Amino acid sequence: MATLLDKLWSAHEIKAEHGQSLLWVDRHLVHEGSHHAFAKLAERGLEVSEPGLTFGVADHYAPTRNRDRIEDPQVAVMLERLEANCSRHGIRLFGLRDPRQGIVHVIGPEQGLTLPGLLINCGDSHTSTHGAFGALGFGIGATQVAHVLATQTVWQAKPRAMRIRFEGEAGLAVTAKDMALHWVSQLGTGGAAGHAVEYAGSAVRALSMEGRMTLCNLSIEGGARFGMVAPDAVTLAYVKGRPMAPSGADWDAAEVDWQTLHSDADASFDRDVSFDMAEVAPTVTWGTTPDQALPIGASLPDPARLDATQAEAARDAMDYMGLTPGRPLEGTPVDQVFLGSCTNGRIDDLRAAAAVLRGRKAKVPGLVSPGSMLVKQQAEQERLDKVFIEAGLEWTGSGCSMCVGMNGDLVAPGKRCASSTNRNFRGRQGKGARTHLMSPAMVAAAAVTGTLTDVRPLLEGRG
Amino acid sequence: MAGWTTHEGEAVVLDRRDVDTDQLIPARFMSASRSEGYGRFLLHDLREGDADFPLDRHPGASVLIAGPNFGCGSSREAAVYALVDAGIRVVVAESFADIFAGNAVNNGLLPIATPEAAALRAAIGRGAAPARVDLATRRLNVAGQELGFALSETAQAKLINGWDDVDLTRAHAGDIRNFRDRRKTDHAWAWPSA
Repeated sequence: MATLLDKLWSAHEIKAEHGQSLLWVDRHLVHEGSHHAFAKLAERGLEVSEPGLTFGVADHYAPTRNRDRIEDPQVAVMLERLEANCSRHGIRLFGLRDPRQGIVHVIGPEQGLTLPGLLINCGDSHTSTHGAFGALGFGIGATQVAHVLATQTVWQAKPRAMRIRFEGEAGLAVTAKDMALHWVSQLGTGGAAGHAVEYAGSAVRALSMEGRMTLCNLSIEGGARFGMVAPDAVTLAYVKGRPMAPSGADWDAAEVDWQTLHSDADASFDRDVSFDMAEVAPTVTWGTTPDQALPIGASLPDPARLDATQAEAARDAMDYMGLTPGRPLEGTPVDQVFLGSCTNGRIDDLRAAAAVLRGRKAKVPGLVSPGSMLVKQQAEQERLDKVFIEAGLEWTGSGCSMCVGMNGDLVAPGKRCASSTNRNFRGRQGKGARTHLMSPAMVAAAAVTGTLTDVRPLLEGRG
Repeated sequence: MAGWTTHEGEAVVLDRRDVDTDQLIPARFMSASRSEGYGRFLLHDLREGDADFPLDRHPGASVLIAGPNFGCGSSREAAVYALVDAGIRVVVAESFADIFAGNAVNNGLLPIATPEAAALRAAIGRGAAPARVDLATRRLNVAGQELGFALSETAQAKLINGWDDVDLTRAHAGDIRNFRDRRKTDHAWAWPSA
């Protein structure tokens, strides 16, 4: 009868009143942007109630190069503030010099902090990533971050349950990123607002943990604060042996608990949507919201044929993006590429991009920022760094980097970037920057041709 | 944070859908301390070079009437700080992003989600209209129209009393302790192992 959401919710509910639940938080992840929350705590003279369940990460402002001498004083201050707040409250920090440093949503899973059955909060909307393990992961604002710091709990109204199924087999070069952009383009940026999305179906089961994380990560771009996938053998194989994951008798007990973490066969959802994988192609955004996305083979929409509210937004977006209605998406020249972010900065993503770039040269400059320093290390063991460098791309340290531009990695005004990130909002990658979202393999294809390109012909004859 | 029950002010239209948090406050401004004031960052890049921007035509406006999916994008509460510090107390739109709406209420900003938003935008157009909001009766008067709006009991109490969640939680300290102890006994695996 119960959905995965019901089970996770009731396992964490301490109290319910006036339609709000007080929920226990198993893991709380803070970053440089959490400075407002620490300031609120200080204002009220409050202490961190569970420092052992709180972890700090330097990612949003983390320099991707020249870490020994941070040139931007604003960046240096943000990193110092985080270090001071963590040290003051006894919070373990994955700081800039820690070999495990990386993007919060990459290193949580990597370190075994993210587990099935947990509730995970972070002051970042892409916290939905952690739901890929069958956990409740959701982003919160600074006031709520301060509340979690002070009480290890969070007030939240239970969302409605929504299921999105992907059935069938993924075609060549069709990835979790394409599945996400596809559903968001079909349902809209507010399409899943008020809902927690559980992803299901044969194509979701077939995804690696990296793919599931990409899919859950992008839930918020369709308005859903939560995305989740029921844990299975793939999940357990990923988690087992991670540094902070349970072991021995704790592992055995966890496995028993986790067996119940799935929606019952007769569970009903407030909304149930299904997509056929035959309809999902390598997808690219053309506008300034993630739902303005099309298969790479499509032409740009003609606003005259859209309904009035969409037409104006489309006209506006094409104006900002410097695009002409009705023209094919493919062949649009790009100025640069970016590979990385909490959406697509994991080892699978780098492998997929390297498979396209191997033995080829990029026609445009680009930045590759691995999701964590351990992902970087792994990629270097596999000699993927050589592939990127020989292609002419820059291989750097890990952080949020050019996805959000806080560390100074920016796209210049008017420049067009093929990007493996999550938001194509105006000015997201820098003032006046033009962002096209796509999968890592599609970013690599854009690098090779200097244009928005269908990656599939470039994969011919390659494993 | 000070609570409020009624608000009277001037309403203007921001005729855009999907006003995202990166537009509400570009990332480069977010390292500032709150005490420096965030109002000057509000919709910074959209306003720049647009002398005709609604909030500049009517600098005293405190009620913003915008399009659907207002506040989509990141969890940055700074987007709400920018609105509040610029004097905005109420935003009316067809719909709001979930995280934004929660952040708004935690900072004394009322998000009114109503299908009437489109009609209000049409009625006010490029001008400004007097507006009155009553949290107790959940009613909005603007441009000669009166309409009711939905608001959860919790959000209503928080806005009127100026409470935040920490205030609400104090009463449950014992329950939280018990829950924690029980979880640690029954599900020890849920604590980090190293």
